[in-house]
Amino acid sequence: MTDDRISRFEARREALAKLTDEELKARFWELTNRVVEPIVDLAKSHTSPSIERSVLLRMGIDSVSSQGVVKRIHDAGLLGKGAGHVVLKVSRKTGRDIRAAAQAILDDSTVLEGLF
Amino acid sequence: MTKPTPPNQKLDIEKILEGLESYHPPRKGWTWRDVPEGGVDMGPFHFRDMSRPLERSIGLPASKYFDHIDPQPSCVVTTEIASGRFEDDLRRMRMAAWHGADHIMVIRTTGQSHIDGLLEGTPEGIGGVPITRKQIRASRKACDEIEKEVGRPINFHSYVSGVAGPEVAVLFAEEGINGAHQDPQYNVLYRNVNMYRSFVDAAEAKKVMAGARIFQIDGAHNANATAKAGWLVMPELMVQHGLNCAFSVAVGMDKDLIGLSTVPPNSPPAPKLWYDLPYAVALRDFFSDFKMRAQQNTRYIEADIEEAVRTHTVDTLISMLTRADIQSTITPDEGRNVPWHYNNIRGIQTVKQTWAALDGIKELVSLNHDGPLGEMARDLKERAVAFLEEVLEVGGYFAAVEKGFFVDSAKYPERSGDGIARDGNGGVGAGSLVVRDADYLAPVCDHFGTNHVPVDVEKPCDPIGGCTLCKPEKIVFIDELDPEDNCNQRLAKTLPYRKGNAIRPEAEWAGDGTVLVQLFVPENEEIAPVYAAEMAKKMGLVDPEVINTMVLHPAEGCFVEVKGKVAFDIDRTTLKIPEKEVILPEQELRDAVKAVGLKVVAGTVGEDEHSVGLREILDIKHGGIEKYGVKYHYLGTSVPIGKLVDAAIETGAHAILISTIISHNDVHRSQMRKLAELCREKGIRDRVVLVAGGTQVNRDMAKETGLDATFGRGTKGIHVVNAMVKALRARGAA
Repeated sequence: MTDDRISRFEARREALAKLTDEELKARFWELTNRVVEPIVDLAKSHTSPSIERSVLLRMGIDSVSSQGVVKRIHDAGLLGKGAGHVVLKVSRKTGRDIRAAAQAILDDSTVLEGLF
Repeated sequence: MTKPTPPNQKLDIEKILEGLESYHPPRKGWTWRDVPEGGVDMGPFHFRDMSRPLERSIGLPASKYFDHIDPQPSCVVTTEIASGRFEDDLRRMRMAAWHGADHIMVIRTTGQSHIDGLLEGTPEGIGGVPITRKQIRASRKACDEIEKEVGRPINFHSYVSGVAGPEVAVLFAEEGINGAHQDPQYNVLYRNVNMYRSFVDAAEAKKVMAGARIFQIDGAHNANATAKAGWLVMPELMVQHGLNCAFSVAVGMDKDLIGLSTVPPNSPPAPKLWYDLPYAVALRDFFSDFKMRAQQNTRYIEADIEEAVRTHTVDTLISMLTRADIQSTITPDEGRNVPWHYNNIRGIQTVKQTWAALDGIKELVSLNHDGPLGEMARDLKERAVAFLEEVLEVGGYFAAVEKGFFVDSAKYPERSGDGIARDGNGGVGAGSLVVRDADYLAPVCDHFGTNHVPVDVEKPCDPIGGCTLCKPEKIVFIDELDPEDNCNQRLAKTLPYRKGNAIRPEAEWAGDGTVLVQLFVPENEEIAPVYAAEMAKKMGLVDPEVINTMVLHPAEGCFVEVKGKVAFDIDRTTLKIPEKEVILPEQELRDAVKAVGLKVVAGTVGEDEHSVGLREILDIKHGGIEKYGVKYHYLGTSVPIGKLVDAAIETGAHAILISTIISHNDVHRSQMRKLAELCREKGIRDRVVLVAGGTQVNRDMAKETGLDATFGRGTKGIHVVNAMVKALRARGAA
């Protein structure tokens, strides 16, 4: 297996040796971009508890409350909607401001029912 | 706006902590140094690769011989400060800034990268500082003051890594942090954060950082510090740098805010340059669009401070021969303890001294790319490209990590099999990712990826009437969560040392009492450190610990360094501080000299051929006594005391000046005493002013030797004239 890897490296090396310095540099960046492309797509289409908490922080909700709110939204299976989205919906539905809506979710997670 | 603290006053920490709930940073984003295109003229010199000098600073020790110039490198200079108590670090930041640091990094407390959320308050840290909103605000506010003092912006820096990356990035953006480490690979390889989570979080964090123009530094250099043979992992390092750069650009960062954290991987006694230079060249070729943050080597540094400084000097040389936009410094004691105040300064001085010495080196010498250097650089580049080809062949980045491609200590394509392999389903935060629904929404700015913001709004945060990045007043400030573990409690304990009269030495924290004793023990390696610890105990030091033993000879003995704590305070008001000598105005001195027709005889005594020091005191060229109108009769070196006294009688001199450098067996003291005695014997003691100087002489020796004035290092002609005029006046002779 290892011998195989080394011999494939030697073959690659032979091809790379023919490139000019500029071509080699271009090849490096072309390959690098190909490696990261699917990871960027993964990031675009997914979210995480930390991302959602960071959204709530930006909405003016404190760090301690953000923890609890995201946990409740996650438990209710709504994290895919976006935690900020959920808080905004609760805010509009109940007529509370953003912080009070977050507090409402903490106080009683049944406010999350029937939002979507 | 806060006013800078006057240079003769300590930072008032309590005052900095006041009003933090309403503090917002006056500026955001990274700042480079101001580098005049045509170079910088300082004192008698022209510098080619320097930035605008500071308004207030402390130069290298030798700067007193060069009009006190303090040339500041063109690159940003970093120092890392994190003792565990941020309130004590603020004073160290001020000291570091005065020596030329304009990038201050705060390392996080152990374990913070595994905390799933933000910390608040100011708990004490271990090996670093808990990074919190309050800690950042206080530090940034202190930096605001300090940068006004030195006249140059300070970049404040910490780390956006771990499982709370996006939240930390938002915190940093809100609070005006200027630079941060962010590299998802670091989390995966060294912190065992789940690989998918790490990259998804990183995209959000980077987007937030880009919005606040926070300069990013990657984490690739950790492979040097982790791999057994750090100098062999270079092709992989280029791949790691490349992946973080490409990923960062893809999520929206500007290339000029992306820095590579790069360390010259090898260290003497290895032939360092043959490894580090081709690597530095290859890296800068491939990454010409990105910034270079040159770090110094820590892999092979342990207890020996001087060894570290020497390696770091060569590291800085490599930066200068290639390119460094930021030159980071390693505190040379990092291998033996959490860095001490003065070792931060030593690290900065290493860069400052090297940069001044080698200023403009690229105009004088050039690298020979046609020889082995070019071949070795090309070899590394080809290996890096082949590495990437293999990554794609096995199925991409995540598959490569699972197969242990990274941090293997062999030179690619060879493998030692000791790479760090991670399971895609494992690690901290595994399984925590959620697919964004078709109607996913995040009504805030600087959010990355799919986001179904209503089409009729200008900014994504319009639906909530503005986010904290647009409206800082919406940020919620939490002061303290723990009533015991916070800075107020700690500050109350250290108050006597900061604002009272109690004095204790300090290495990290106010009143810590830490001192270092350096000694030579004429015993072998087994005995010497045990002796040193015992000696320290008998000296009264608490918790003595030997932190360095260097064998000078297996039988003849060792150099030992032992640290310990001083357990007593000394009250400042009980100290007898020698009164500062008041120098009379120059014109008054000239007039007095003229009125008397002041004449002196001078010579170096005691089988001593040194003449430089005395000539500087005498000659007009060096601002000596001649400049003030004093006539002198110089008798030369190794002059017998009797000859000087005779010459004084013959010429009717008002004063005799002797210089004495040699001090073994107290020769200097005996010569000084002899001068006074001889003048008394000859009956002229009342007529002549007797002055002695030398490197081992100090002001207090006049009394014990019977002279009128004695001077040590750093004496100028004016000091001697001042002493002579005052002595003559006291006798009614002037």
